[in-house]
Amino acid sequence: MIMDRKNVVIIGNGMVGNKICEKLKQKSNNLDITVFAEESIRAYDRVHLTDYFKVSSINELFLLKNEWYIENNVKIHLDDPVIAINLLKKEVKSLKGITLNYDYLVFATGSAPFVPPIPGIEKEGVFLYRTIEDLELIKAYAAKVKTGTVMGGGLLGLEAAKALLDLGLKETAVIEFAPRLMPRQIDDSASVLLQHKLAELGLRCLLQKSTSQLLGDDRLTGVAFNDGTSMATDLLVISAGIRPRDELAKKSGLAVGERGGILVNAQMQTSDPSVYAIGECALVNDMIYGLVAPGYEMAEIAAAQIVGEEKSFIGFDMSTKLKLMGVDVASFGDPFISEPYARTILLEDRNKGIYKRLNVSTDGTRLLGGILVGEATSYNMLLQMVNNDLALAEHPELLLFDQQRDIRSASSGLEALPDAALICSCEGVSKAQICDAVATKNCENADAVKKCTKAGSGCGGCVPMIKDLVNYTMKQQGKYIRSTICEHFNLSRQELYDLIKIHELKSYDHVLDALGHGHGCEVCKPLVSSLLASLWNEMILGKGNDVAQDSNDRYLANIQKGGTYSVVPRIPGGEITPDKLIVIGEVAKKYRLYTKITGGQRIDLFGAHLNDLPLIWEELIAAGFESGHAYGKALRTVKSCVGSTWCRFGLHDSVSFAIRIEERYRGLRAPHKIKSAVSGCIRECAEAQSKDFGIIATEKGWNLYVCGNGGSKPQHALLLASDIDSETCIRYIDRFLMFYIRTADPLTRTATWLNKMEGGIDYLRNVVVQDSLGMGDSWEQDMQLLVDSYRCEWKVAVEDPEIRKRFVHFVNAPEEKDETVRFESFRGQKKAADWNINTY
Amino acid sequence: MNMQIDMQWLKACRIEDAIENGGVCLKLNNEQVALFYFARRNEWYATQNECPHKRQMILSRGMLGCLGETPKVACPFHKKTFALDTGECLSGDECAIKTYPVKVENGSVFIGMTA
Repeated sequence: MIMDRKNVVIIGNGMVGNKICEKLKQKSNNLDITVFAEESIRAYDRVHLTDYFKVSSINELFLLKNEWYIENNVKIHLDDPVIAINLLKKEVKSLKGITLNYDYLVFATGSAPFVPPIPGIEKEGVFLYRTIEDLELIKAYAAKVKTGTVMGGGLLGLEAAKALLDLGLKETAVIEFAPRLMPRQIDDSASVLLQHKLAELGLRCLLQKSTSQLLGDDRLTGVAFNDGTSMATDLLVISAGIRPRDELAKKSGLAVGERGGILVNAQMQTSDPSVYAIGECALVNDMIYGLVAPGYEMAEIAAAQIVGEEKSFIGFDMSTKLKLMGVDVASFGDPFISEPYARTILLEDRNKGIYKRLNVSTDGTRLLGGILVGEATSYNMLLQMVNNDLALAEHPELLLFDQQRDIRSASSGLEALPDAALICSCEGVSKAQICDAVATKNCENADAVKKCTKAGSGCGGCVPMIKDLVNYTMKQQGKYIRSTICEHFNLSRQELYDLIKIHELKSYDHVLDALGHGHGCEVCKPLVSSLLASLWNEMILGKGNDVAQDSNDRYLANIQKGGTYSVVPRIPGGEITPDKLIVIGEVAKKYRLYTKITGGQRIDLFGAHLNDLPLIWEELIAAGFESGHAYGKALRTVKSCVGSTWCRFGLHDSVSFAIRIEERYRGLRAPHKIKSAVSGCIRECAEAQSKDFGIIATEKGWNLYVCGNGGSKPQHALLLASDIDSETCIRYIDRFLMFYIRTADPLTRTATWLNKMEGGIDYLRNVVVQDSLGMGDSWEQDMQLLVDSYRCEWKVAVEDPEIRKRFVHFVNAPEEKDETVRFESFRGQKKAADWNINTY
Repeated sequence: MNMQIDMQWLKACRIEDAIENGGVCLKLNNEQVALFYFARRNEWYATQNECPHKRQMILSRGMLGCLGETPKVACPFHKKTFALDTGECLSGDECAIKTYPVKVENGSVFIGMTA
């Protein structure tokens, strides 16, 4: 069946008029489209008009190639505006005499600059700022003069002022009638701050000035104001707002608003239903939308209507963020709402030039809008909070501070640390001492610094920071840094990871023989062992790898003061039956172990003799427990709150999801330990935002946060993806973990890894969510292999006599325990005796 | 020269009781001795089992390695490292550990200790 073809006539070829051509072509092949345009060139990017001064040719600004119009059979009549319309006959007539019938007519006539009726407005040196021709004229005139002024301190006016500065007019001023700049976007205080910033850049702002007259004979020489003052200027750009181009519509008998604008309904239909108006010429809900994004939305709605789809215009978010002459300015939601309809939280930092305003609902639970000047990195997050009606945390004032920046300066901003900063608190070594060791004593790695200054020889917690300081100092001295593992491997961890994978090496000795030299050390052995475990997930005590494991991994338990071990069975999600609790109690009693609840919702049993470990585990395994990997650089716990099964606030079953996650990644070995948590609602009882990856239930699914940690330098996790379903969440975690395992430096937790990552969380999101590296599938497969090959290490260990043999203290007296191990009784249990340090 | 005279070879264990590239602990003369079989270099070393740093009976569970050509053991507690041949602390501390001579005969390992 042949569909009836319809004629669509579009008046205007601005950005919105151009957009509706595209939209109509996408939606239907049964339309014949004809465009009439006033300008002599086809649609260009007016938003980036200021760039015209920078680009070499207009071609860079065209929105569509000429070929597009030809290929899509869209007839375009440039330099030929429509001059008359007969609504009854559905007929348009153009300036050059074309007469055409239409089924649908679309006004996309846009707006014209509002030119105030001021005496002298016709003088030479007065310009508009709207079209490319305007800019050409300004450019030519500016070359001959010294001072310029813009009338109008709105968004476009400030853009124009920047253009004048860029053109070399040293003295540039902005005149604004209102008491502040950008009156539609920001408030008085924000304006004051912005004025200061602009003044530093050479732009003077005159507010509350009403122009009475333009001075000069034929050529402009100055501006006089109603208050009797005046100022000299050679050039004036008018940017005093817009006036919808509704004159043709009015003449044709269509309804227009009192103050201009073609009246349309939510479907963009004018008073004649076959005639539409979109963009800046349309008056919808008593509003003229002077931005391109809502104009595009209107184009979509009119196009939908024309092809018979149902769509309505329901207002548009006018939030904006822009850089004005290098100053961030953002305004979102309702920027001006105030008492009694909202409560306002303000931050005004004149020192740094930052102003922030947040408008919070009267009950303090929702963000309604706000203004940011001088720093707007949190704009997107805040806008999301408004648009998604997210519940606010207890202290919404914290949103005033840019957390990302805090994180960066806290951890990677070594230069920000004072020289006296204590880096190694065990040995009392300062930053200056460490940097001096590197700079003047040729210490080029952490070990050398350790020998020289003793820094890092105590608890060792500061060693990563010493490494950073070494690199930082060496970089400052212009020395080349390659982060190699140790004297036995002239490779980085990531290089070694790839090589082991390619060569399919499965034991430490094979790796050392194939890729390293010498006989290894306590740095490369655990590192290689960790890589082997991450890659192949084989029993870590097999193939002679046991002696290449860190002590805790070697004995599958955590060594404690005195040389005894602690035992942590896995309790996924922190859920445990009474029967299993009883078993833990009985085992603890039998082997006289100190018991304590851990921070990760498990139970730690301390004080086990090496000889007893296999016996203890035999009993635990028989009761259904398995290794908790508390001894490994591996997944530790996935904490959970009780969630929707019991909690009256719970949105989803956080315990079940935590168990699923923990059982998926149990035993997974990584550059450092990994912790996780799942919370059943935004109250966040599981503290997921302090974990390497944390999950919080939302109304629509889960929010996934990554790269948080507690420890010596706590850092909040950052949002990676929101409102995702369980399967997507697991896929993202798979990718995130494999990316981390593959690329992180040794003993680097996810937070530090992210801090060092160029591009930060945005880059990470690209890699994990947008799959920008194209590794997503392969990482998911790699992870599935690891998941499928999981076996409880302790089950393997107790069943293998060769491995079990290693769990003795005296190889020549296997039944005897180490008699030097001493305990002291303590609050009804026992504790390890203190270190046996000599006191003489 | 007294040491030479007073020293006696004590039978420690069978070769197969030792751990390749690792250590085991022995009770000899009421002392705890760590025995290391550095299989990659085909060398045997014996030292005191106590790490002098925090006086813990632990060195036999330490990790073997090399600093340049020097064979060493790293303590599991705080990663202090000691040369296996001389007993010198390689982590910049003043303390050193006792070392003992080792010989292997007919599949048995002997450690030389003074009475």
